[in-house]
Amino acid sequence: MKRALAATIVAALMSAGAARSEDAPPQDVKIADMAVKASLTGTPGSPEEGAKTLANRSLGNCLACHAVQALSDEQFHGNVGPPLDGVADRWSVEQLRAIVVDSKQALNDESMMPGFYTLNVGKNVRKNLVGKTILTAQQVEDVVAYLATLKE
Amino acid sequence: MNRRLFAAHSALLLIVASITGKAVLADPVDDSLQIDGTEIITRAPAPEGLPFDQVLSGWLFREAETRATEADSFANPGMLAVERGAEIWNTVEGTMGKSCASCHQDAAKTMKDVGAHYPKWDAASGKPLNVELRINKCRVDNMGAEPYKFDDPNQLALTSYIKHQSLGTPVGIDLSQGQMQSWWDRGKELYYTRTGQLNLACASCHEGATGKYIRADHLSQGQVNGFPTYRFNTAGMVSLHNRFRGCIRDTRAEMPAAFSDELMALEVYVTWRGTGLSVETPSVRQ
Ligand code: HEC
Ligand code: HEC
Repeated sequence: MKRALAATIVAALMSAGAARSEDAPPQDVKIADMAVKASLTGTPGSPEEGAKTLANRSLGNCLACHAVQALSDEQFHGNVGPPLDGVADRWSVEQLRAIVVDSKQALNDESMMPGFYTLNVGKNVRKNLVGKTILTAQQVEDVVAYLATLKE
Repeated sequence: MNRRLFAAHSALLLIVASITGKAVLADPVDDSLQIDGTEIITRAPAPEGLPFDQVLSGWLFREAETRATEADSFANPGMLAVERGAEIWNTVEGTMGKSCASCHQDAAKTMKDVGAHYPKWDAASGKPLNVELRINKCRVDNMGAEPYKFDDPNQLALTSYIKHQSLGTPVGIDLSQGQMQSWWDRGKELYYTRTGQLNLACASCHEGATGKYIRADHLSQGQVNGFPTYRFNTAGMVSLHNRFRGCIRDTRAEMPAAFSDELMALEVYVTWRGTGLSVETPSVRQ
């Protein structure tokens, strides 16, 4: 418990001071064997923040396509993708990271799921979004940390 | 990457979902639509080349209340636009002292079924015209009036009025005229091109995910037979190119201009995808 707390404090200090340049740039993130092995930031993700990012319509908006029972307070879960309940029983953290980073590379090149940390995007991207990923590296780590709690 | 594993895994998910009783798919309703005694074709055999057996009106995907509002032309707020369109039809404008009626008389006769066959090839312009552009051409060439700006309320009203004269008529466009076929080809290419930061094509939502929910929205086939549409969300009429632009914006892409060649090509192609569905203008959507 104490060690966990200490780790959290260190992580908080690190993230407070973390230069964004520490983040792996999206073009350097390699998906091999359906997995992204290393953390994108070196800072452990926060499941609480991850849940918020996942639900937030202007961030992950994951609920547009996926249902999550633990978030049933949030209205309107879509069913374009499979429910995410129990997703951590089905995939490892490294695999979940790969799916969130770029599902077209990780799962299926026809996947409807947007890649949240990739520059491999569609045509005519809105000007102010060119060269930007949907989520920041830390937001991806947070979402992955939250997904890792979804066990049945 | 292991697709086989993934496919097996999805199949498992489907089974799990059906055991837990969670709906994975929500089908369009099994219901029929009459408006003012006119039978509306909401299901038609799909034209060859589409991955569907049937093309389906967006009406079948809406909530009961929305469907009922469209079925009752007294309750349908879109009929106000149609009535306004009738006024404009008879109003003289421009330097030549003419109204639409001066040349076309009674729209119930002269415009009957006309809207069901647009866009149409226009040799003089060297491109397909939709009803909005056809109106503008008449205003400029035959009335000496200014063309309407995109989504001018009068443009919406007059377009709705003209399309409404085809209520119930099956949509069918003539691809043999002029270069219609190459506009269709271009529209098809656009329909399957993924755009924006979210990397989605029209087909991602309206072909691959038809019948599913994206947040609160029940995804239809994205058919155009009901446009201009009355939308509860915005409490007003929505033109087709406005809808196209909205869907493209939602992929986080730059939006093409209304009536640009891109959106005209898309209109030709998507109209063809709804061949055989009745014109429903003014349809009601949420
Ligand atoms: C536009 C739709 C869409 C959005 C938005 C979306 N997904 Fe997905 N997701 C899918 C689909 C469809 C699949 C199924 C895999 C495929 O596409 O072949 C999937 C699969 C997954 C899987 C694998 C699930 C399993 O059990 O195999 C995970 C994990 C996942 N998504 C997480 C997320 C997260 C986290 C977000 C938001 C940051 C998100 N998704 C946003 C459509 C979406
Ligand atoms: C991110 C998902 C998404 C994408 C991509 C998308 N749409 Fe839509 N579209 C919707 C939703 C949601 C609606 C409202 C519910 C419905 O009718 O499906 C809609 C509605 C429509 C409608 C109105 C249907 C009716 O019956 O009133 C048309 C037409 C349409 N879309 C065409 C297109 C075209 C053309 C494209 C590509 C340029 C496109 N859409 C891309 C989500 C999408």
